[in-house]
Amino acid sequence: MINLDLYAPLMLPKEELFTSGHRACQGCAEALAVRIVCKALGRNSIVAMATGCMEIVSSPLPTTAWQIPWIHVAFENAAAVASGVESGLKALMRKGRLPHKKITIAGMAGDGGTADIGLQALSGAMERGHDMIFVCYDNEAYMNTGIQRSSATPFGASTTTSPAGKVKAGQETWKKNMPEIMAAHGIPYVATACSAYPIDLYEKVKRAALVKGPAYVHCLSVCPTGWRIPSGDAIRYGRLAVETAAFPLYEVIDGKYQLTFDSPKLKPITDYFKGQGRFRHLTPEAVARIQERITRDYEKLRAKCENVNK
Amino acid sequence: MTEPSRKKIGVEVSIAVSEAVKQCDVDVVSAYPITPQTHIVEHLAELVAQGELDAEFVPVESEHSAMSVCAGSVAAGARTFTSTASQGLALMAEIVYCVSAMRLPIVMVVANRSLSSPLSIWNDHSDAMMVRDSGWIQVFVENGQESYDHIFWCFRVAEDEKSLHPVMLNMDGFILTHTIEPIEYWEDEMVKKYLPPFQPKFRLHPEHPLTMGAFGPPEIFTECKKAQDQALIATMPVIEKAWEEMEKICGRKYSAVETYRAEDAKTLLVTMGSFSETARVAIDEMRETGEEIGLVSLRLWRPFPFEKFRNAVKNAENLIVIDRAMVFGGPGGPVASEIRSALYSGKKRPRIVNFIAGLAGRDVQPDDFYQMVQHAKTKIKDGTEDEYEIYGVRE
Repeated sequence: MINLDLYAPLMLPKEELFTSGHRACQGCAEALAVRIVCKALGRNSIVAMATGCMEIVSSPLPTTAWQIPWIHVAFENAAAVASGVESGLKALMRKGRLPHKKITIAGMAGDGGTADIGLQALSGAMERGHDMIFVCYDNEAYMNTGIQRSSATPFGASTTTSPAGKVKAGQETWKKNMPEIMAAHGIPYVATACSAYPIDLYEKVKRAALVKGPAYVHCLSVCPTGWRIPSGDAIRYGRLAVETAAFPLYEVIDGKYQLTFDSPKLKPITDYFKGQGRFRHLTPEAVARIQERITRDYEKLRAKCENVNK
Repeated sequence: MTEPSRKKIGVEVSIAVSEAVKQCDVDVVSAYPITPQTHIVEHLAELVAQGELDAEFVPVESEHSAMSVCAGSVAAGARTFTSTASQGLALMAEIVYCVSAMRLPIVMVVANRSLSSPLSIWNDHSDAMMVRDSGWIQVFVENGQESYDHIFWCFRVAEDEKSLHPVMLNMDGFILTHTIEPIEYWEDEMVKKYLPPFQPKFRLHPEHPLTMGAFGPPEIFTECKKAQDQALIATMPVIEKAWEEMEKICGRKYSAVETYRAEDAKTLLVTMGSFSETARVAIDEMRETGEEIGLVSLRLWRPFPFEKFRNAVKNAENLIVIDRAMVFGGPGGPVASEIRSALYSGKKRPRIVNFIAGLAGRDVQPDDFYQMVQHAKTKIKDGTEDEYEIYGVRE
């Protein structure tokens, strides 16, 4: 079965819509996520992207890594721009000024452009019910500007604006639960994903694209630079985030929750923290506190899911 | 020349403006409510709800998103309209700069209103002056008819292949937006003749993928900005032509700089927006008492019509520039500063006296213009004309 996991990604479409030659750091699992998401979106898509790592690395004038139509305007407005593209095309097709055709509109942003500065525009677009997907590539801090904390940074992580010091132990707040916030908008499709699970990510984006109305995919995207791990370990840590339930994988389809990865025995959070520079300062007491919270949150999530044995 | 239609109806200017937007058959309207812009977008929502306008009305959660939706929809090739004022313009200002650099031809009506604080819903030009350097084509209109006529002009100028710039129509909040005026509507046939359909060369579509809004490293940023400046200056012939064509269609003649009883005038008032109409009344009254005075009304604010302006004031000895916005700790009002720069290199330079008046809706009546003219004479006599003055302050 393990071998199948290895070969399954070869089944993805060969065509690259987010091409090589971009300037992402070595081992960037966010660039990998964008690549897989674009394969799932396919050629008949338009992307509106927020300012951030992926925008900067993919579009320095006069070059571009994008083989599909792509627009960037600013940091906080990717969802609003995407909803504008959707509205424009809808009006033009209805009025006979463009031939009718299914075009998938995707907004994309990092965790800052989604959970912090972009939250209002995203909430507005989801509430208005535009037929679009929004993908959050969550690398758990403002990596583009130099690893500053965001509301998606996990408790305890040391960043340049939540540094671990003599009196503080890194980030002092718990990670904002963006997928829950999106689910609370009552939209037809919400999912979490991780580029360490490429087939799962691919399938979720495919499902999101088929949904009529707004869909949201929250993709954990490991950042070796910001997490202070070796560049070859991004996939391993992505898997550990899921296997420890630090980042559980699930879907909310028309309000119904289902886990897409469930383990009878979760790995201890120490397996995930070990080797990550951003967590190296944590005391055993702090780790125990985090473990308790993760276990509790996971049980709460499992209780909501309809496809697990309770 | 087409025989202009003569039927005039009494209508609130905001309603007339939205009727013009409807006649332009816009595809997308995106807006967030703010006084005194509300009647414009309310009426457009009503027209969409009644099926009289086939458009997507996107009621966003902020002005920032309003301009962002406009960016997306016009990039997709849709004719797009929005409207705002004051704090709303301040909130969307970031995107106002983005869309002009991205050459996205959005049309926006700004129902000019003062900026907080203290909070005020009434009219002045501080909102427009905040985005003076945003790279938009910017006009100020004097009255209701002009507001209505210029909606067609805005779309034509914005979407012209040789322009591709967003256009901002500034109309004084309440003074124009909430006034009922006699307006002569255009027949739909006239609009069709004047305004060709929007057919963008570049649009977001999977059939011809392109990258919009890329990142500009230092090696290329300066070149981008020079190109943008040149492109804005190069819209001037498109702007002029759109006014010429309008005269042929509806019989009304507009230009970048308009003069009134200015030929033999030693002293000229310089105004922008609805001030100009009141100033005309004041000038007629002053002329009757033998005052050699005229008016220069500045309609086009960006790109600034240097040549036309210099020509309009070439025989004047004194200019009395009346601004409707503050420049704190600066050289005077924004219009006066601009005019000083425009005339500085000339051999014969008029004296420039600057008043700031009508802030936050404070009424400026014909007599106030008379008072300012008299006061300007004293200032010139005293040699204090370089110091700007805020008119009508209760001390």
